[in-house]
Amino acid sequence: MGKSGRTATLCGAAIAASLAMAAAPAMAQQPIKVGLLEDVSGDIALMGKPKLNGSQLAAEEINAAGGIMGRKIELIHLDPQMDNARYQEFARRLLQRDKVDVLIGGITSASREAIRPIVNRTDVPYFYTNQYEGGVCDASTISIGAVPEQQFSTLIPWMTETFGKKVYTIAADYNFGQISAEWTRDLMKKLGGQVVGEEFIPLGVSQFGQTIQNIQRANPDWIMTLNVGASQDSFFEQAAAAKLSIPMGSSIKVMLGFEHKRFPPPALAKMHATANWFEEIDTPAATDFKKRWRAKFPNEAYINDMGYNAYTALFMYKTLVEKAKSTKKADLRKVIATGEACIDAPEGKICIDPKSQHTSHHMRLIGVNPDHSVRVIKDFGLIKPYWLGEIGCDLTKKDPKEQYTPTSLPKK
Amino acid sequence: MFAEIFSIAFQFADVFAFLILAAAGLAIIFGMMGIINMAHGEFITCGIYVTVICVQHGVPLPLAQAIGALSAGLVGIVLERTIIRHLYHRPLDSILATWGISLMVTQGMLIVLGSSWQGIGTPLGSFAVGGYTFSTYRLVLFGAAVGVLIGLYLIYMRTNYGVMARATMQNADMARALGVRTQRMYAISFGLGAALAGLCGALYAPTMTLIPTMGITFIIESFVTVVVGGANVLLGTAPAGILLGVVRTILNAWYGQIAGQIGLLITVIIVIRMLPEGVSGWLSRRGG
Repeated sequence: MGKSGRTATLCGAAIAASLAMAAAPAMAQQPIKVGLLEDVSGDIALMGKPKLNGSQLAAEEINAAGGIMGRKIELIHLDPQMDNARYQEFARRLLQRDKVDVLIGGITSASREAIRPIVNRTDVPYFYTNQYEGGVCDASTISIGAVPEQQFSTLIPWMTETFGKKVYTIAADYNFGQISAEWTRDLMKKLGGQVVGEEFIPLGVSQFGQTIQNIQRANPDWIMTLNVGASQDSFFEQAAAAKLSIPMGSSIKVMLGFEHKRFPPPALAKMHATANWFEEIDTPAATDFKKRWRAKFPNEAYINDMGYNAYTALFMYKTLVEKAKSTKKADLRKVIATGEACIDAPEGKICIDPKSQHTSHHMRLIGVNPDHSVRVIKDFGLIKPYWLGEIGCDLTKKDPKEQYTPTSLPKK
Repeated sequence: MFAEIFSIAFQFADVFAFLILAAAGLAIIFGMMGIINMAHGEFITCGIYVTVICVQHGVPLPLAQAIGALSAGLVGIVLERTIIRHLYHRPLDSILATWGISLMVTQGMLIVLGSSWQGIGTPLGSFAVGGYTFSTYRLVLFGAAVGVLIGLYLIYMRTNYGVMARATMQNADMARALGVRTQRMYAISFGLGAALAGLCGALYAPTMTLIPTMGITFIIESFVTVVVGGANVLLGTAPAGILLGVVRTILNAWYGQIAGQIGLLITVIIVIRMLPEGVSGWLSRRGG
């Protein structure tokens, strides 16, 4: 090798080294891309907006404290407008074009089921941040919201004991309403109670005269209200106007749709629900959280549980990435498998269950007073998402990618 | 037994009122002018929000509702003068234009007014028959629906405007040749249709969730009623309301709201197949 050759090699090495040195900090500063799919227009915009706000608040706080492993969070939000076809289109766009590191969002269970198969074809983890009807056993999906063993297995026994054994269910006619009604049937049977009526309502229906009469004819001790969307919420005003004054229970009312803030009292009086979050929680951690939220979003009508869950989801993601020292789904799942994927959320310490990838929650039973203030009736403490594990879902061993219900259990 | 019969009659009246009030404005604009108004729901929303704002400022509810209906009518006239009148012979373009207006209004309201408001509560209390209790206000809604039908009959059969409007509807060129100012007829008709949509919203405002997209919840019922009724609002809308009301009430009572909704849509399909011009087209052909 001649002199010039040696020089060239040296130069090459120097260039390579300098490139590498230049690239290292640039790599470290590459933001972590978070794809968000939240409905901020359409029939459920009033619930979706707090979700977007929760993600923005969390991203701002995490970035202000140095990001995730030195990398900033970059939120890429698209608004699917409660349209499942648009959910699929936007999920593909975020995953393929924007190449997001993690996908978060979806409000209705229909939208979650629409995008789950798309996420499943990638290596990107998906966080679903709503309370829902439970049962999704899918390694790509991490569920942050509360599930039936946290909401129904607490609420329904209490309602039955307090008000009586006859229940009437009204539910939105899609997978959330149908499966939640199934949970109600199942639990009532175990409690020796009776479902005296069940009515499924198409989304978008706003007139409930006949439903109110059907309820009066069946004469239940209490009503399970699983109606979804702003149109169906008109039930409460119309029931109050017709003097239908029967205790009500729900897994989505008050903490999620803040109906007690939207309808004049006493339309929501006698409503009961179990929740991991509602704005009226007044523990020091919760108060501090609410203060930060209100400082950023002073006009928020209500800080609902969806918004709160969206906020905690990003912190959970941060913890997973920092423990795994990676953003790869397989590495994050190794952290989850240890059972130590936990964060200190405003409700208290919550952890992801390794078998089901669902989250433990501090559950409280709340009741709405005649003046629409909210009282805590019973504190259940921390409840783990145990149901999927009990019926045989173990994501550390097998990934069936299925959704199970009380009548559709895994094959043994 | 009486309670059961009353309950069925009451529910029929309730469904009938919703169909008529939701459809009247759309029927006039479609019947008189051949415009398929995709912004119908937004006129309803306009009536709702104006009513609610008035009530929040201490205006008594009936007056607030009148203001709500009037302001929707005024908005209608302004829209007719600025946009719609250029589209009279372009029915497809008018669909697109009114749909565009609808999208802009809904999203604009969401941005300006926020995603939800607190409701104003239903007035007049309730009454009991047998084991059932009913909201008294629902009878007001039924009364208003009947009132709208009678009022339309009087306007179109007993006033000068009515004669000229019907002449314009039947043959605009001939009417103009005979001295009818057809442009003004169109503006008034569109305004009247918009005001009736606003009235529908104003009347239902106390009973529903307040969100910017709530006009959409009236859309299925209004289009279904107009399609079944046909182009002539006087001959078609009331029979269509009765037919659809009976179908929906019976199915709602027996099998719940899903069956009611399905029944409603199946009825429309059958009617379109058997009577392509709707009930009014069939009636006027029999008459003629």
